[in-house]
Amino acid sequence: MTEYKRLTTPLTDEVVADLHAGDNVLISGIIYVGRDTAHKRMVEAIKKGEPLPFDIKGAVIYYAGPAPAKPGYPIGSIGPTTSYRMDPYAPILIELGLKGMIGKGSRSKEVREACVKYKAVYFAATGGAGALLARRVKSAKIIAYEDLGPEALRELVVEDFPAVVVDDIYGNDLYEIGQSKYREIEL
Amino acid sequence: MPVREIDVSEITKAIKEMSMEANYYLPDDVIKKLEEGLKIEVSPAGKAVLQQILENDRIAAEEQLPACQDTGLAVVFLEIGQDVHFVGGNLIDAINEGVRQGYQEGYLRKSTCHPFTRKNIGDNTPATVHIEIVPGDKVKIIFAAKGGGSENMSRATMLKPADGWEGVRDFVVRRVIEAGPNPCPPIIVGVGVGGTIERSAYLAKKALMIPVGVRNPDPEVARYEEELLELINKTGVGPQGLGGKFTALDVHMLMEPVHIASLPVAVNIQCHMSRHKERII
Repeated sequence: MTEYKRLTTPLTDEVVADLHAGDNVLISGIIYVGRDTAHKRMVEAIKKGEPLPFDIKGAVIYYAGPAPAKPGYPIGSIGPTTSYRMDPYAPILIELGLKGMIGKGSRSKEVREACVKYKAVYFAATGGAGALLARRVKSAKIIAYEDLGPEALRELVVEDFPAVVVDDIYGNDLYEIGQSKYREIEL
Repeated sequence: MPVREIDVSEITKAIKEMSMEANYYLPDDVIKKLEEGLKIEVSPAGKAVLQQILENDRIAAEEQLPACQDTGLAVVFLEIGQDVHFVGGNLIDAINEGVRQGYQEGYLRKSTCHPFTRKNIGDNTPATVHIEIVPGDKVKIIFAAKGGGSENMSRATMLKPADGWEGVRDFVVRRVIEAGPNPCPPIIVGVGVGGTIERSAYLAKKALMIPVGVRNPDPEVARYEEELLELINKTGVGPQGLGGKFTALDVHMLMEPVHIASLPVAVNIQCHMSRHKERII
């Protein structure tokens, strides 16, 4: 059986310090959903000195763009999108207090360094498991950038949302560790 | 051979239905291979991921939910019999109307946008349409919902003829390693070698429509497919890039003659959400 660490948002430095690459977690509480264009707008707001649409301190952002909700469902399918596209925007958010990011795929050197320096973690959820992950979402609402449609900024309440720690505050990366263990060829 | 008339409203209806079916129900060959993968995968993290994916695909089919929130750009392959005459409107408009209706009524995500302003088009049009004229009076429609994450990891290049098969092989395997976790492995790899740069890219995409487990009828190309699959499953990428032995469900390659100066190659990567449907009208 897989062992899970249970986390409740917002995250603190102490909680983040106890997370290591490879740890399986179940996240509960409020998380924010934002992807490409929402990140561009948030960073533009920061540069203009305007407030962000939510409190970034201790927050967890989920890189995703849900499918429309069917009647009777709080949200449509919602799996992670590929995270590297948010790499140009993530370090400044981490510096301002962002503690967790959920996505899939490798991050840049700059993001990993920011995770170490300002104590933040990067989690991966299973890409393509959108219908499964939607079941862990209890409620959802758009809080900004509604004009972006699937890319609008959303606030979700999640319960036991499954993810794995990829990049921890100690500079470890689960993809590097896992792949090198099973690699049988070199090019 | 008399001309057979087909009203384009039949195409709209087919595309609408196929867009929803493709997104709710993964093909049997894909599910079967994922189940096999769960048996052969040795990495615990990889096994856990495969269990989640199979559970996800079951929920999607049972509740008619999109299996993945990225319900894709609509890619439509039409093989049109040369004795067919379309009536009742413009064929391409009819395809896009099918996409519009299917994505709206099926609760599918609309993912097309302006390249620079990123303003969402709102109805997931236009579809990318590939048309071939073939003998006969039937129309074969293949609808594919192609996700952005795996498409982003695809590449095409022009190698030197001296690079040969080894050059193509290394380009493909290196691409899979560099793509790593990004395209949602386990993946299906489409390889196109032939003609010009765009022909190779087209062949790579078309190769992804071939069912898992089906080899190219040309024994030479079938050998290339098998060699690539073996190498890719030794890269260690594994399910979701967390490490493991089950990196690819399959590799499909299509090959045609090229220019004496050129060796074009395209790699089109498909995530495990290999969503496509076929219908003959």
